Amino acid sequence: MTAVAGTPARTSAPPPAPRSRRDLHLGLWARVTLAVVVLSLVSDVANAPDLLSAGSVGATLRFTVPILLAGLAALWAERSGVVNIGIEGMMVMGTWFGAFVGYQAGPVAGVIAGVLAGAAFGVGLAVLVVPLRIDQAVAGLALNLFAAGAARYLSSVFFEGVPGGQITQSPRVDPLPAISVPGADAVLSPVADAGIPVLSDASAALLGLVTEVNVLTLLALLLVPATWWVLWRTGLGLRIRAAGENPAAADSLGVSPFVHRTIALAVSGALSGLAGAFLVTVAASIYREGQTGGRGFIGMATVVFGNWMAVPTAIGAFIFGFTDALRTRQEATVGALLLAAAVAFVLLALLRGRHRGFRDALGWGVAAALLVSVIVLLPVVPTEFVSFAPHLTTLVVLALARQRLRPPAALGQPYDRDADL
Amino acid sequence: VTRDRWAAAAASLVPAAVAIAVAALLAGVILALTGADPLEVGRRTLEYGTSARSATAVIDRAIPYYLAGIAAAIAFRAQLFNIGIDGQYRLAVLAAAAVGAAVTLPGPLHIALMVGVAMLVGAGWAAIAGLLAAYRGVSVVIGTIMLNAIATGLIAWLLDPSRLGVRAPGSNNLSTAPIPESGWLPALPTPLGEVNGALLGAIAVGVATWLLLGRTRYGFDLRALGTSLRAARVSGVDVRRTIVTTMLLSGAIAGLVGLPGLLGDTHAYGLDFPAGLGWTGISIAILGRNHPVGIAVGALLWAWLERSAQILDLMGVSREVVTMLQAVIVIAVVVAWELTRRASLRRQRRLAGMLDQEDAADGPIAAGSRA
Repeated sequence: MTAVAGTPARTSAPPPAPRSRRDLHLGLWARVTLAVVVLSLVSDVANAPDLLSAGSVGATLRFTVPILLAGLAALWAERSGVVNIGIEGMMVMGTWFGAFVGYQAGPVAGVIAGVLAGAAFGVGLAVLVVPLRIDQAVAGLALNLFAAGAARYLSSVFFEGVPGGQITQSPRVDPLPAISVPGADAVLSPVADAGIPVLSDASAALLGLVTEVNVLTLLALLLVPATWWVLWRTGLGLRIRAAGENPAAADSLGVSPFVHRTIALAVSGALSGLAGAFLVTVAASIYREGQTGGRGFIGMATVVFGNWMAVPTAIGAFIFGFTDALRTRQEATVGALLLAAAVAFVLLALLRGRHRGFRDALGWGVAAALLVSVIVLLPVVPTEFVSFAPHLTTLVVLALARQRLRPPAALGQPYDRDADL
Repeated sequence: VTRDRWAAAAASLVPAAVAIAVAALLAGVILALTGADPLEVGRRTLEYGTSARSATAVIDRAIPYYLAGIAAAIAFRAQLFNIGIDGQYRLAVLAAAAVGAAVTLPGPLHIALMVGVAMLVGAGWAAIAGLLAAYRGVSVVIGTIMLNAIATGLIAWLLDPSRLGVRAPGSNNLSTAPIPESGWLPALPTPLGEVNGALLGAIAVGVATWLLLGRTRYGFDLRALGTSLRAARVSGVDVRRTIVTTMLLSGAIAGLVGLPGLLGDTHAYGLDFPAGLGWTGISIAILGRNHPVGIAVGALLWAWLERSAQILDLMGVSREVVTMLQAVIVIAVVVAWELTRRASLRRQRRLAGMLDQEDAADGPIAAGSRA
C-alpha cells in the first residue's frame, strides 16, 4: 500500500519542486517492500518455495557483487566523461593477480594485488585516452584483448607445472571468511519456518542477507553508499563530475579534467580489479580462464539502467544478480519469476496508464501480455533461456522505460585544451 | 588527386610500421623477462611464417577476419559500435548450416541459398540493435552486447539433439547435420597452392563496400552521420533510417563471416566452430582505418601473426604472447596516428599563422578554424 501511495509523488511529471532526499528514500523502501510482497505471493501461487529462501538470497548476493562492482567501476569512469570498455579486461587482471598472489600469500594479499593490478590498468587506460586522446572504445577494446592474452601467457609461465595449476587455471586460493550478525539466526529462523504468509518469506530473505555473509561482499555493498557520498557529497566528486559534464568550463576554473579523469579511471580500475578478486577469493576460490564471463559489460549496462546514479545502478546489479543466480536454482523458480515480472509489468502499466495516459501504459501492457503467453506456452522454461534472462530483461527494460536517461554531457568526448587555439 | 591519395596512404603506413616495430620490441622484452630468448623466437617464427605452406594458410585465415573487419568498419564509419558481430555471424552460420543440410540443390544454387540465409539472419539479428538504437535510444554497444549473450543461449538451445543438433559418435560435440557435397565450396588453385574459394567472395565484398561508401548517396549519408550528428541532420540525412540500414548492412556482412569455414572446411556448424571473430574484426577495422584496402592489410597481418605463432608451442613458449603483441600493435598504431595527426595539425597552424601575418583581415577566421 505504501508503494502505491508513494509512487505518484515520484512519477508525476514535471516535479514542481526538487524532491527532498527523504522522499526518495521512502520511495526506495516502499519499492523493496512491494518487491518482497510480490515475490512472496508469487512463490506461494507458483509453488516455488526457492524463490525467496535464504539460499537464493545468498546466491543472489554472490552473483550480484561482481556485477555491482563492475557497475560502480563504470559509474566512476563515465561520470568523469570516459566510457571504460576495458572493465572486463581489468577484471581479468584482477582475477589473475588475485589468484597469483592469493595462492601464495593468502586471500587478503590476493585481493590487494587484484585491486592494484586493476588500478594500474585504469591508469594505463587514462594515459591512452586523456593526454593521448585515443578513441575511448578503441583503447578499452585493445586493453581487453591485451588482458586476455596476458592472463593466458602469464598462466603458462607461472601456473603450468605448479601443483593444481594449468594454463587455464590456478592452484586453489583460500577463501575469505564469512561473518554473521550475532543472534540473527536465533531470532529469524523460527519466523522463517513458521509458515506465516509474507512475514516468513521476508525473514528467510533477511536471514540470507545477515548470516554467512562474506567480508568482501559486505565491503562491496558498503562501496555503494561510499561511491554516492564521494561523487555527490565531496569536492573531489564534484570536480570529477565536472570533468564529465563540461571539461572546458572545469578547466577554466582551475579544475584539471586530466587529473580528475585519471583519478576516476584509477578508481574504476581498482573497483574492476576488486570485482575480479572477488570471483577468485569468494565465488570460486580458484582462477579459471573466462571466469569473468562478460560481467564487465553487464556492469556497463547497469549504469545505463541506473541512469548514471549510484543507488539505481546498484539496484540494476541486483536484478541481474537475481536472474543470474536463477540458473543454479529449480526450474519452477524460473516460471515463478516470470510470473513476478508479469505482475510487475501489469502494475507498471496500470500506474502509467493512470498518471501519464494510455500510450505510456501500452508498452508495458504488451510486455506483460507477452510474458503471460510465454508462461502459458512454455510450462518449463529451457535452461538455455534462463542463461540470457538478465540480458533480455535489460533490453526490454531499456526499450520500454521512458527515455529520460541523462548521461554525463561530455561522455565519450576527449578533452583537448588547445582545440580552439 | 592520385598523388594526394598515395601521400595519404604513406602518411598512415609509415607511423604504423614504426608502431609495429615498437610493439615487436615490447614483445621481445616480455619474452626476455619471462626467460625466453627473443632473438631465437623471432628468427624461428619469421622462418616458419614465410614458408610457402604458411602463405596459403595465412590467406585462408585472413578471409573471415577480412569479412568481420568490413562488417565492423561499415558500422564504425557511422560512429556505430557493432560489438554484436559475434552473435550475428554465429546465428547466421547456424541457420545457413541447418538450411544447407536440409536441401539438395545443384552446386551454385545450394551455395547461393546458404549465403542468402546467412546474410538475412545476420542482418535481422543486427537490425534489432539498430531499431532499438534508432527508435528507443538504446545504445548500440549495450544492445549488441545483450544480443550476443542471447544468441549464445539460443544457439545452445537450437543445437539440442531434439532440435537441430546431431551428436557425433564417440564425441561430446553437438553439431548440425552435415551439408551434402553439392553445398561444398571448391578450393581455389593459386600458384602458391590451394586457398579457400571464399577468397573471391571476400574480394567482391571489399570492392562493393568501397563503391558503396565512397560512390553512393547512402555512403555519403552514412559518413555524414559518423562525422557529425548535427551536421547530418541539418543537411537532410534521415538519421533513424541511416542507423537502421547501416546496422542491416553491417549485420548482413557479419552473417558471411562464418561461411568460408562452413562451406570450405567444416561443412557443419558445431559447438567447436570458431567464436570471437567479431572482436578480431573490430581490431582489424581499427588497424585498417575502416578502409577496404587497409582492412585487407590488417587481416593479413593478423592472420600472419597467428600462423607464425604456431611454431612457438614447439619452442616451449605460449603462443598467447602473440595475442598480447596484437593488442600492443593496435594501441601503438593508433597512438602513432594520433601523434602524426597532431604534428601535421601544428604544421598547418604554423602555416596559417604565417598567412595571418601576411593578410591580417583573414586572421580571426583562419586562426579560429579547426582542422
